[in-house]
Amino acid sequence: MFIPHTVEEREAMLDAIGVERMEDLFDVVPAKYRFPKLNLPEALTDMEAMLEMRNIAAVNETTQDLICFLGAGAYNHYSPPAVDSILRRGEFYTAYTPYQPEISQGTLQAIFDYQSLITSLTDMDVSNASHYDGATAVAEAVSLAYANFRGKRTKVVLSPGLHPHYRQVVHTYNHGTPIQIVGENVDLQAGPEAFLPFVDQDTALVIVQYPDFFGRVYDFSSLANEVHAVGAMLAISVNPIALGLLTPPGQFGADIVVGEGQPLGIPLSYGGPYLGIFATKQEFVRKMAGRLVGETVDNRGQRAYVLTLTAREQHIRREKATSNICTNQGLIALASTVYMSLLGKQGLREVADLCYHKAHYAAKSIADLPGYSLWSKAPFFNEFAVRCPLPAAQINEHLLEHDILGGYDLGQAYPGMENDLLIAVTEMNSRDDIDLLVDVLAEVSHD
Amino acid sequence: MTEPLLCDLSVSGRRGIRYPAPDVPLSKLPEGLVREDLPMPELSEVDVVRHFTRLSKLNYCIDQGMYPLGSCTMKYNPKINEETARLPGFAGLHPLQPVETVQGALMMMYELQEMLKEIGGFAGITLQPAAGAQGELTGVLIIRAYHESRGDAKRTKILIPDSAHGTNPATSAMSGLDVVQLPSDARGNVDLEALKKHCDESLAGLMLTNPNTLGLFDENVIEVTRLVHQAGGLVYGDGANMNALLGIVRPGDLGIDVLHFNLHKTFSTPHGGGGPGSGPVGVAKHLVDFLPAPLVGILEEGDKDTPPLYGYATPAKTIGRVKSFQGQFGMFVRAYTYIRMYGPDGLRAISEYAVLNANYLLSRLRDAYHLPYDRVCMHEFVLEGMWADAPGVHALDIAKRMMDYGLHPPTNYFPLIVHEALMIEPTETESKQTLDAFAEVLLKIAEEAHSEPELLKSAPHITPVGRLDEVKAAKELVLCCGVDPFERELV
Repeated sequence: MFIPHTVEEREAMLDAIGVERMEDLFDVVPAKYRFPKLNLPEALTDMEAMLEMRNIAAVNETTQDLICFLGAGAYNHYSPPAVDSILRRGEFYTAYTPYQPEISQGTLQAIFDYQSLITSLTDMDVSNASHYDGATAVAEAVSLAYANFRGKRTKVVLSPGLHPHYRQVVHTYNHGTPIQIVGENVDLQAGPEAFLPFVDQDTALVIVQYPDFFGRVYDFSSLANEVHAVGAMLAISVNPIALGLLTPPGQFGADIVVGEGQPLGIPLSYGGPYLGIFATKQEFVRKMAGRLVGETVDNRGQRAYVLTLTAREQHIRREKATSNICTNQGLIALASTVYMSLLGKQGLREVADLCYHKAHYAAKSIADLPGYSLWSKAPFFNEFAVRCPLPAAQINEHLLEHDILGGYDLGQAYPGMENDLLIAVTEMNSRDDIDLLVDVLAEVSHD
Repeated sequence: MTEPLLCDLSVSGRRGIRYPAPDVPLSKLPEGLVREDLPMPELSEVDVVRHFTRLSKLNYCIDQGMYPLGSCTMKYNPKINEETARLPGFAGLHPLQPVETVQGALMMMYELQEMLKEIGGFAGITLQPAAGAQGELTGVLIIRAYHESRGDAKRTKILIPDSAHGTNPATSAMSGLDVVQLPSDARGNVDLEALKKHCDESLAGLMLTNPNTLGLFDENVIEVTRLVHQAGGLVYGDGANMNALLGIVRPGDLGIDVLHFNLHKTFSTPHGGGGPGSGPVGVAKHLVDFLPAPLVGILEEGDKDTPPLYGYATPAKTIGRVKSFQGQFGMFVRAYTYIRMYGPDGLRAISEYAVLNANYLLSRLRDAYHLPYDRVCMHEFVLEGMWADAPGVHALDIAKRMMDYGLHPPTNYFPLIVHEALMIEPTETESKQTLDAFAEVLLKIAEEAHSEPELLKSAPHITPVGRLDEVKAAKELVLCCGVDPFERELV
């Protein structure tokens, strides 16, 4: 077990403290409530615990047992074993936040590598050391923009193509604040021009997603120009894998790039821990929340790394900080760093290409089926919405009978879209998998 | 030392992984949306593994030795947790799978909610918050929503003791509340007279850390929560210091209305060099309806032949969602494994031995270092890292000198109410031998501070790097490898 004391040692220690019994250390706790009897299951030995957890895990059907076409913000990608091998080094996962830089250079330099890779991938100037996930990164973008205008601009435009969970989190964070959230009711089929009526002198931030929740990709350059023309800011939430192929958001003129980093080699793990990407232009670096690592030198003249601009953070600024974040997703940022290093320039493009071509093959094959059509004609990356002849929930049940984890039932988040299925395809799906999906979809429509 | 950066290691044409050629016909790429340049590193798998392995060796870690950071609860992270969280039946689940296909995961989450309710004395739990700070935000939003639902809009004041973690005031400000700092009394408790003055109709609540950051259990805690409740306010408990209370006392019984747990402190999930954490929030009965959605619940009761059907439920007056999907699930698996291995008696032993270790270490150090609040401590204690007869020596110097002896220093300069604070939390996983060796080093350093202060001021001497120029880092702000760094080739 993990408490090493022998009885003799315990007695010697109590003696040194000057008390007789362990209980005496707790005299200050109100007697009425002291030492409650906890109604919990009795302890398991190591072997029993391992067996218990294996048994619980075995009840679940996993993306290894099923052919997965489910995405909607979390994607089934191949993660090279070297990623987890590095992650399992105790030097990384059992270290604390690197507040003592002399004995934390490993973590610090790895975060610096992470910041470098994210800025290159997004074509932005600076990246922080991570947020909790894609949703909270978006919420922090709102806080940054609001603080940037010192509260004088109160309107935030949210695209309905932004992940429903991300929008929900923005609402939770901003309930009761002066921030007004608009734009979510625009025509879902419309392109980025649909947001222009909401962009004026009172707008702090416009947030769009790339690819959007429906998989569509748009050139946001002219939206960025219009947003900047009234002095507002543009945030783009990205799928980082798509950026292996597509124009980086920095080239559109984004002021903030956020995103869910899970596709970068992070296990699906039923929704977490994931990784919130957050990058900005240089001019916003002092207003950005979260930890940052900077390069410097030590007193021996060596290059070294340290947490910097800490005066922005909660432990120094307390109630004047723009965010309370401290613990972030350090180890997950490290995983994504190892993943991006392994894939590199060629691998990141190849995996993006595979996702793109396989998804387009799937989309064409499904669109050719009687009763099915693509919901949008806009270009897309690796995910697309399909109009089905039956409710999506019913189709998914049928797919599951064939060991296929179907798409996301769009009716769950978008009223009126009950017959629409959001299908994601990655490098993990073979042509045979896709053909099977198409066959079963054809069969369902005949039922 | 000086390990090259990834960008310096990159060699044009190298690769770390091969992918198969597409097995489908190629489609036309989206016009005008294909990036021209992908400035990423080019490395072999060997390059990558060696780079990160060399980096790892520059870190101190709990697997190597004691990590006595106060309020951080750096206990040993059991290896079994790393196995269970990686079981394909957990790690391979998509977060949006139909509930029928993930009954094991949902049962585990449901049981974890139940166990945290029992441990904390609460009526409801959300597992969603990503870390302690997000748990705090969730808790404060719940407090605000509670007052709002009662039409009690004028309650905007939140009281925070001066010993609190910095996240407390930052969280309250994020939630739009007005922060009022409360002083501590001479014994380190909340100052009751000051509290009474603020107990009025504008009081939204009090954020209480108990034991507080001095490691002291508030002697008047029942009176504190009574006064706040009497004035119509609610009490938020910062659960960062729960490692002192498992099976000792349930915060809910003391009158705490909301509390966040830190699975990455109390329940042994690893800190990961700065996350991921996990910050479940427990609430009393009158706040259950305000919890974030969704919670794990039982959709259909089971019987002796069939297990219940687990699924998701939305509380009636929910504050909404605070995170995408279901929270830091991998941390739930680890915490569940840990609680199952300890059982009720084991959990109490955790806190007993954590408190025993802290008091033992204190007994070994109290003659050499000034103890500003002299009481039996809980799981941690705070010393002053300065002496009147050793001018010029600061807590920082002591911390840096400890590294020369191969130790990780304690938290320093926090809490703010102690000058030159050294905040020490040994946790229950350290043996008497480890504590004795640690004490010997601190006693030696106390001597050195008087006899050879330069040794402290120039420390550390044997670490991979020496003291850093933090001013230069903040002024020059080199935050990444430079423009298109990976285009460079090795020369």
